[in-house]
Amino acid sequence: MSASNKQVLLEIKDLKIEGFTGEEWIPIIKGVDLTLHRGEVMGLIGESGAGKSTIGAAAMGFARDGTRISDGTIEFDGMELTTATEEDRRALRGARIAYVAQSAAASFNPAHKIIDQHTEAPLHYRIQKRLEAQEDAMELYERLRLPNPQEIGFRYPHQVSGGQLQRAMTAMAMACRPDLIIFDEPTTALDVTTQIEVLAAIRDIVDQFDTAAIYITHDLAVVAQMADTIKVLLKGEEVEEAPTKEMLDSPKEDYTKSLWAVRSLRREQKSRPQGATPVVSVQNVDAAYTGGVKVLDDVSFDIYEGMTVAVVGESGSGKSTTARCITGLLPPKKGQILFRGEPLPPSYLKRTKDQLRQAQMIYQMADTALNPKVRISEIIGRPAQFYSGLHGGALKQRVDELLDLIELEPSKFYDRFPPELSGGQKQRIGIARALAAEPTFIICDEVTSALDQLVAEGILKLLNRLQSELNLAYMFITHDLATVRSIADEVVVMQHGRVVEQGPKDEMFTPPHHPYTDLLLSSVPEMDPEWLTSLLEERGVDNVGEAANV
Amino acid sequence: MSEFVIIYFALLVIASCGAAYYGQRPAFLTLFSLTLVSFVLGIVGGVSALQFVAIAAGLLAFAAGISYSFREFLVAITKGNLSKELKTAPLTAAFGMFVIFTYAIAGIFAPFIAPYGEAEVIAAAFAPADENMLLGADQLGRDMFSRLIYGARNTVGLALVATSAAFFMGATAGLLAATKGGWFDQFMGRFADVVMSIPSLIFALLMLSIFGPEIHVIIIAVAIIYAPRVFRLTRAVAGNVVVMDYIEAAKLRGEGTGYLIRREILPNATAPLVAEFGLEFCFVFLLVAGLSFLGLGIQPPTADWGSMVRENATLISFGVVTPLIPAAAIALLTVAVNFVVDWMLFRSSGLKE
Repeated sequence: MSASNKQVLLEIKDLKIEGFTGEEWIPIIKGVDLTLHRGEVMGLIGESGAGKSTIGAAAMGFARDGTRISDGTIEFDGMELTTATEEDRRALRGARIAYVAQSAAASFNPAHKIIDQHTEAPLHYRIQKRLEAQEDAMELYERLRLPNPQEIGFRYPHQVSGGQLQRAMTAMAMACRPDLIIFDEPTTALDVTTQIEVLAAIRDIVDQFDTAAIYITHDLAVVAQMADTIKVLLKGEEVEEAPTKEMLDSPKEDYTKSLWAVRSLRREQKSRPQGATPVVSVQNVDAAYTGGVKVLDDVSFDIYEGMTVAVVGESGSGKSTTARCITGLLPPKKGQILFRGEPLPPSYLKRTKDQLRQAQMIYQMADTALNPKVRISEIIGRPAQFYSGLHGGALKQRVDELLDLIELEPSKFYDRFPPELSGGQKQRIGIARALAAEPTFIICDEVTSALDQLVAEGILKLLNRLQSELNLAYMFITHDLATVRSIADEVVVMQHGRVVEQGPKDEMFTPPHHPYTDLLLSSVPEMDPEWLTSLLEERGVDNVGEAANV
Repeated sequence: MSEFVIIYFALLVIASCGAAYYGQRPAFLTLFSLTLVSFVLGIVGGVSALQFVAIAAGLLAFAAGISYSFREFLVAITKGNLSKELKTAPLTAAFGMFVIFTYAIAGIFAPFIAPYGEAEVIAAAFAPADENMLLGADQLGRDMFSRLIYGARNTVGLALVATSAAFFMGATAGLLAATKGGWFDQFMGRFADVVMSIPSLIFALLMLSIFGPEIHVIIIAVAIIYAPRVFRLTRAVAGNVVVMDYIEAAKLRGEGTGYLIRREILPNATAPLVAEFGLEFCFVFLLVAGLSFLGLGIQPPTADWGSMVRENATLISFGVVTPLIPAAAIALLTVAVNFVVDWMLFRSSGLKE
């Protein structure tokens, strides 16, 4: 797919974008160049705040509210977008440049049928009549391997699954056969098994229509499958750009190398201590939410002192529900939770202060897990005060100790509020709050999935260090198998509320597997650009959808 | 052509030219269109119409000036974040704060400011204004100005106490309902529905006729009428907070309801509650004034703006504006409170982003 001999479609030169903070304009994009040829797919990668989405929007000549394009040129197929009138720019959008957003569920209007939203653009631009447009939509649905292509468009967005919706959105972007599509993290919100379908569908359709695309993501393995060239961004500046193969094999800049290195974090597997009682033992637990739908079915596993048990599975497999049963928020219908051999009362309301202290929790979204109106000193200090009765100078000393432990400088953070902190710092505060109770067991619920890779690596290293220093037991809930490799000793695989397989990590990563474990493992994107192609061949190209539903 | 008219037009033209020269487009457009409109007004309405325009513009400029200086004054005497926030406050909010400040001073220091007592008869009934009496006398010969000052204390004070009581009851119930949930939530919700289904004025009149028009009866009746609205708002706001992970974390820590409400939920619900307090205060204030106008509110001889309007209503037929002054005082305070509340709502809703 060499694109260099093709015609240039989009040329961005020295683009500068500024954002308004309420007082002054500060630069967000500091002079980025980008050249995209017809039929070429460019991957934009970088951490959050690197300006990926801003550049994506700018490629449509669009500056979001509170931002402005302050300098540079954006030339799309011979037309200068920065100086064009708003009408001219609007005439391009949807017709010649299309946009696929991260969350299809949030981007579709829930009150209209999918096909009506699909045909809106072709009808608006008078490219097709309604019936033609609908026929065309069905054809696109078929090409994107959506089930029942004749019928699925007549459903409402909430009646189809997330992966299908994301493919429908890609079909919608294709409706006017645009020259350029901007994909803004289209698979980030999806499970690995669903992600495959969407990736395969997007790649096929982009190939078939020879559409150029800008693919924005923070997942290197994904971008390796999709893009012809990769551009790495950091804080609004370009780090480097190279064809995919070259970029993966020999990155030049240190920053790029560090991004690549994250995925290789590994940990020696510990084995169970001989003859010890497990810290937490989940025994034959059944659970159901009100309404009677059974979400857990006969779940059992043990967690030993100083060890990490990773619980993996797709969303809806019952991982978080298991955590709720252990903490006592959802009393199990059957079975029990043992703590050091002693049964725990099913509801947290019945547990003693000491039982509550022993098991702590770290949440996925640090934004909602920390009260935005409470100072860091109180967030961390309260458990210490509550359980150990510390106050005054002793309490302050303890908070300082804890802040030191999570590698944040006490004097700088003591009096601040959570909204003033970055995502990684907030997650560290969440860890400190759990540690303040001096627990023996911590549940980590997807603690790294909302974070950038480098930041996530830092958190994982911190958790590993704390475990060896304080001899903590972790229950680590995640859907990311790379994370499992870097932190777990034992793995529990869950599907539809059941444990399908469990055992030591090294055993789990070597065949033979349970078919579901196999599917999960093989669905994790790898850095090899040929990975998706070979995987699809292995599974049989024509039934990607079914392959994921095994 | 009188001197006034010449000066009037000269000033307008000079100001327009100045605005145009310094490139102040909106200011120039306003000033120059005012000049053009004044031509027509001057021909149709004569000098008096122009004088009216001049006085109105003067008042507006004066209010703006006061607001601006008051805001700068507040910025100067406060520190840190508060000072920064005040700097971004619109002039309307500053005007509102200034008016509230003035009322507060008048109410608190009423005995020192008012030249006569509120029940002191010093002149003939309906005596016109003279150097002793700024606004003349009322129907019993009491000083209107003194009664206006005392009225600020009585009416505003009563409304403030009643609103606070309504807030205390409503907010406590709302927070408890949101935190406890279950049957308690259902019970409180249905109870609030029952109270809200009774027309408020009728309920107040009923209570006052049964228990007599005493101050504490008014306060309790008004508090009961307004508590359900506060309850519903508080419950909705707190309901959004209790589902957060940090509340779950606090519950799992073993914290009691008291701590949850005070330290975790309340700080996140303050902004909408304060804004609601301002709005409810206006309604309570109008209801109290309305009750007084009907003769069931604050009883004579205690000065009160609502009853002052009623007692002097006959004067309106003689073309005297005196009875409208207490009404204007009510209106001004309501507008002022709303200006401040608007600003607070704007800040808490995050519309500025």
